[in-house]
Amino acid sequence: MDTTSKLAGGRASARPPRRRNTVKYRQTVTAYTFLLVPLLFFLLVRFIPTFMALRLSLFDWNILREQQPFVGLENYTTLVADEKFLQSLKNTALYTVIGVPLQIILGLGLALMLGRVRAFRGFYRALYFAPYVTPIVAAAWVWQWVFSPQFGPVNTVLDWLHLPPQSFLTSPDQALATTAGLVVWQNLGFQVVLFLAGLAAIPRSYYEAAEIDGATGSQAFWRITLPLLNPTIVFSVVTGTIAYLQLFTQVVNLNFTDQGGPLGSTLTVAVYIYQLAFGRFQMGYASAVTVVLFVIILIITLLQLRFLTRRYDT
Amino acid sequence: MKKFLTLALALTVSASAAPVTLTYWQYDFATKVSTMDALIKKFEAQNPDIKIKQETFPYDAYNQKVASSVPAGQGPDVVNLFYGWLPQYVDSGFLQPLPAKDFSTQQIESNFVPMIKTSKIGGQYYALPTSVRTLAVFYNKDLFKQARIVPPRTWEDFIAAGQKIVKGAPPRFSVLGFGIQPDGQDYHVVREVLVRQFGGSPFSKDGKKVTYDSAAGVQAMTFYTELMTKYKLGVPNFFPGNNSYRDAFIAGKVGMIVDGSFAVGAIQKGAKFNWGVLPLPVLKSNGVRGNFGSYWVNGITKNAKGDKLAASIKFLKFLTSDETQRTWLDSVGEIPASRKLSGTAALRTNPVYGPFVSGLPFASSTLFVDEAGQRKAWVDAINTVLLQGNSPANAVKRAAAEEQKILDGYYK
Repeated sequence: MDTTSKLAGGRASARPPRRRNTVKYRQTVTAYTFLLVPLLFFLLVRFIPTFMALRLSLFDWNILREQQPFVGLENYTTLVADEKFLQSLKNTALYTVIGVPLQIILGLGLALMLGRVRAFRGFYRALYFAPYVTPIVAAAWVWQWVFSPQFGPVNTVLDWLHLPPQSFLTSPDQALATTAGLVVWQNLGFQVVLFLAGLAAIPRSYYEAAEIDGATGSQAFWRITLPLLNPTIVFSVVTGTIAYLQLFTQVVNLNFTDQGGPLGSTLTVAVYIYQLAFGRFQMGYASAVTVVLFVIILIITLLQLRFLTRRYDT
Repeated sequence: MKKFLTLALALTVSASAAPVTLTYWQYDFATKVSTMDALIKKFEAQNPDIKIKQETFPYDAYNQKVASSVPAGQGPDVVNLFYGWLPQYVDSGFLQPLPAKDFSTQQIESNFVPMIKTSKIGGQYYALPTSVRTLAVFYNKDLFKQARIVPPRTWEDFIAAGQKIVKGAPPRFSVLGFGIQPDGQDYHVVREVLVRQFGGSPFSKDGKKVTYDSAAGVQAMTFYTELMTKYKLGVPNFFPGNNSYRDAFIAGKVGMIVDGSFAVGAIQKGAKFNWGVLPLPVLKSNGVRGNFGSYWVNGITKNAKGDKLAASIKFLKFLTSDETQRTWLDSVGEIPASRKLSGTAALRTNPVYGPFVSGLPFASSTLFVDEAGQRKAWVDAINTVLLQGNSPANAVKRAAAEEQKILDGYYK
């Protein structure tokens, strides 16, 4: 006993010798050692800056000033009356409410149809997945031309149909919907792949049993497919919502000279944070907005996990 | 021991003779970078004990890059900055005031064009330009010929010309009379040019109060927005992209745009038709001329101390010298910042640079304290009229309230 413990290493010799000899113990140590590296990374790159932002939000912190006075909650009280912030909050909510259901419904619909396709299955999947792997910036620039009121094919088609041409991204009333359209189009492929995997996991025997009992197609969908897809749907809703709440790249690139415009109609909270912090160097105020966004995302995610997750007996 | 001493001595001697290395920052623009490389070579030949290391960053990230170097206490010894950013960089203690014995205020003000007075902060100069830029009208000569019209001198003729050239109706145009673009150079035209032409002034003398919330301000806003709403000369964002109005002009789809002398290069390179440059128009009623001037300056940062400071002063003198200004004009195509050089007959009669140079004596520059914020205040105000049918009077009020809030925040 004693000799083996010495062989195992002097540093651990103070501990009771029994545990460290087991294979399980060694595996655990190895696992923690490997986990330590990403943990350190997350601590340094994610968590510490998060807490620093919390602290920063209590200061009138402008990186281009020598004095960074402590102002307590002043940034937060300013925030409540900041029209641009409220507008960005409203826009962000709109993006989420339009985008998340739309991409889930379309994604599920496409996945169901693709499930029935026999020929060229891989080809169709690749086709729907392509937008997801297209660089966001490139897609945003093409989108600008597609929806250009003057030269865009969309208005040309409307013209053929004798419908009035639209202003799309250049109109404060339509810009948000057009932007949301781009995001949905890009995320759709990922949703399709998720749902295809979810559908494949449902045992065929359930459908066969339902068929024998005389269930219609729609009954099978509502009673079998949808309930058993619940984990996939919850995952899509939660990750989709978080992604929409952090929407940034598309917005910035769809109107590069007036980011979040026209008239702030496409401005998201994330873009507003960026503008405050890196356009105007108001780090303290931008941190306050960040903290608010963090709290909102946290609450929404917890609520979603609480209310959307259902257990079905299988 | 003796050997050691000689070695130590040799080392100190060589150390003191070792060249001082300065770091210079500017944004990445091909001709500016290559011209600066050539200038640095020349400077180093004249000053063998000084070495300059040029570092450049993409334009869109440049201000960010400089700003983030300030709290870090790192970065350049000599830095190129937009004049509108100066108050913030002076506040942060990033820039050193120019030493009076090398750059006297009186000398600066008699040598440089008047607009640089905007950069006098607390009675001190912190940085100086090599070149300056003003605005003018670029026009498509071929489109003018087709419409059988002559280049306009007044705003009234400008509208008439635009109406003859424009093809299509909102929101679908195929050719614009005027490439209207509030977030291009246009908002400067409203704030600094039209407000003055209608008899007002945009800011109080000390720059702390906005004064365009006046009859003149409303007239200026009305005049500008009617170019689109009433006369239907064009729409903003005609072409998608960063430089919508300029790209559309280069594509031959726009009769006239207002742009800066910094656009000459891009238009010269891209436009495949005959084009010309006109001074900014005047109102028929009073003929008051106006222009918006802007410039990039070179300043010495707090990083330069001792030997480095002395070397930086030498380098800054070199960058603002007549010779460098001439090189800059020839290679980059920017107007010299010196009164004497920009006033030469060759420049004044130059068909491309003439109209820009002619604007120098009455070019004003906005005293920005938060360039991004003040720009947004105006662009949004104009857009409420163009896109939402807001009244020009309310739009001016909105811009004034927003911009005053920013000024108050800075001067508090």
